[in-house]
Amino acid sequence: MKFIQNIFDATRPAVTTGKLKPLYPLYNALETMMFVPDHNAHSGAHVRDAIDLKRTMVTVIFALVPALLFGIFNGGYQHYKALGLLNEAMGWGQFFTLDNFIFGAWKIVPMIAVTYMAGLGVEIYFAGINKHPVNEGFLVSGLLIPMTMPIDMPLWMVAISTIFAVLIGKEVFGGTGMNILNPALTARAFAFFAYPSFMSGDKVWVNTTVEAGQTVVDGFSGATALGQYATTGSTSFGAWDAFLGLIPGSIGETSTLLIVLGGVYLIATGIGSWKIMLGSTLGAVAMGLLFNWAAPHMITESQQQFMSIPFYYHLVFGSWAFATIFMATDPVSAAHTERGKWIYGFLVGFLGIMIRVFNPAYPEGMMLAILFMNVMAPMIDHYVVNANIQQRLKRSKA
Amino acid sequence: MSNEQKPAQEGLFSKKNRRLLIDPMNANNPVTVQVLGICSALAITVKLKPAIVMGLSVIVVTTMANLITSLMRNMIPNRIRIIVQLVVVAALVILVDQVLKAFVYDVSKQLSVFVGLIITNCIIMGRIEAFSLGNTPWKSVLDGLGNGAAYGGILIIVAFFRELLGNGTLLDYPVVEWMGLYDVGYKNNGMMLLPPMALIVVAMIIWVQRAKTPSLIEKD
Repeated sequence: MKFIQNIFDATRPAVTTGKLKPLYPLYNALETMMFVPDHNAHSGAHVRDAIDLKRTMVTVIFALVPALLFGIFNGGYQHYKALGLLNEAMGWGQFFTLDNFIFGAWKIVPMIAVTYMAGLGVEIYFAGINKHPVNEGFLVSGLLIPMTMPIDMPLWMVAISTIFAVLIGKEVFGGTGMNILNPALTARAFAFFAYPSFMSGDKVWVNTTVEAGQTVVDGFSGATALGQYATTGSTSFGAWDAFLGLIPGSIGETSTLLIVLGGVYLIATGIGSWKIMLGSTLGAVAMGLLFNWAAPHMITESQQQFMSIPFYYHLVFGSWAFATIFMATDPVSAAHTERGKWIYGFLVGFLGIMIRVFNPAYPEGMMLAILFMNVMAPMIDHYVVNANIQQRLKRSKA
Repeated sequence: MSNEQKPAQEGLFSKKNRRLLIDPMNANNPVTVQVLGICSALAITVKLKPAIVMGLSVIVVTTMANLITSLMRNMIPNRIRIIVQLVVVAALVILVDQVLKAFVYDVSKQLSVFVGLIITNCIIMGRIEAFSLGNTPWKSVLDGLGNGAAYGGILIIVAFFRELLGNGTLLDYPVVEWMGLYDVGYKNNGMMLLPPMALIVVAMIIWVQRAKTPSLIEKD
């Protein structure tokens, strides 16, 4: 490690006082990534806790890794399955193969790299203008953004969505910790509305590029489970496959099992709020049961079919799990009060399932539900705090 | 105004009068500083041509309305002034509407109800109330011209970006296709055609403007 230290020591004068001063944020970011910062506090009281922003972000990244790896394998698996090159009888032996991994990584790793480059570029630029060090807020967003995209998303669209999200979703409000909306979902919403033909429909979720001598199997449809529900009122995927994640979908969203695993890790480390996650589960279940009850009263047949599916289907199809565990729990844009987290979480699940079923144009309602609740979160907090004040006033009078 | 009694001492384009024309362009822009007339900025800026026509219409209406109300300002009883202003503006808007229908029918159809809604454009009523009721006709004309042009300018900037990025054309001329960007995989940004993006573009203009003119930044 000594030679790296030497490089940093040698360049320090140039970036602190010399010609390369505009690059100081970049230098600072790289240095703190490599070494523990050696500056210590000089005055006042200090919080002595290992959980700083960097530790928080790295914990979330650890929680994301299983779902990401699964997404990489699934990218290849869905591709080869669509071309009819897999032997269905072999089951999992066909899933964790090097071919699948290489194919998925070939598509997904560039996407992650582009996201980090675009997002950190904007962050470093603003850190230079505002004269503060780059903070770690983008580490998680940069991984979440590609995980919410379809595998065939062109890289320049990913870059533009990322730049938009960091610029309009975060920097205009004052950077990390000041944003109203979840930056990763802002990127996805931008991509969804700007390039709808690349973000929805039945062509984008599975890569079907064929090489010479290959053909797509007859009757293949790349639609997601929710896409199938929205158009035909039924799905060809089983709940068990969806729980394990063997279905087409955005890169990170398919495997409910591994997402929940990440969620358990987040709860165990105290990073993610279990109240939001449980609230969202209750909301989704409540809406699902409400739909089951109301289904016979609906007029159109497709709506009756969509609404009468068992509530637990909603928890394994689409992005409910991913959005609940990794998006809704974003500590900045979620509600901050403990009681508020219950309300916020419940409404995220409730509205997400409602949009998903009632608006076939947006088969994925979770994104819109969370963005909407992000905007509402300060209001929830306001009323929770006020209710608490009233309660205590009443108690002091009695 | 003290100038009213001695108009002869002041040239037509004295420094003060020029300020009436230029101030709305930047330091006192009706859209980006006073945040007026936003609704129409969202509605008719999808394409450049309607935005230009709308900008011209608003210039005509503000200028004429300012001139007419300024000429009448000493005759209008204070209690019914809003009604008088409305009658003046409404008459002008109907005139503009008829002219548009006669000469640029297709654009007039695109603008549809928004020509009629110039009546409710806050900028026009605001300028009449705040300026032309207390100033001489010539100053009012300059003020109306300045504010109308500033409004039209913002519309054109917003429409330029929305049509170029959202539709790939400028004044219906296929610029992006001509540059050959579609061949390398470029796609139009559909969000630019949606109203929220007009707000974001206006916000970006405000951002750039304030970064360039620090005097506009409010102190906390």
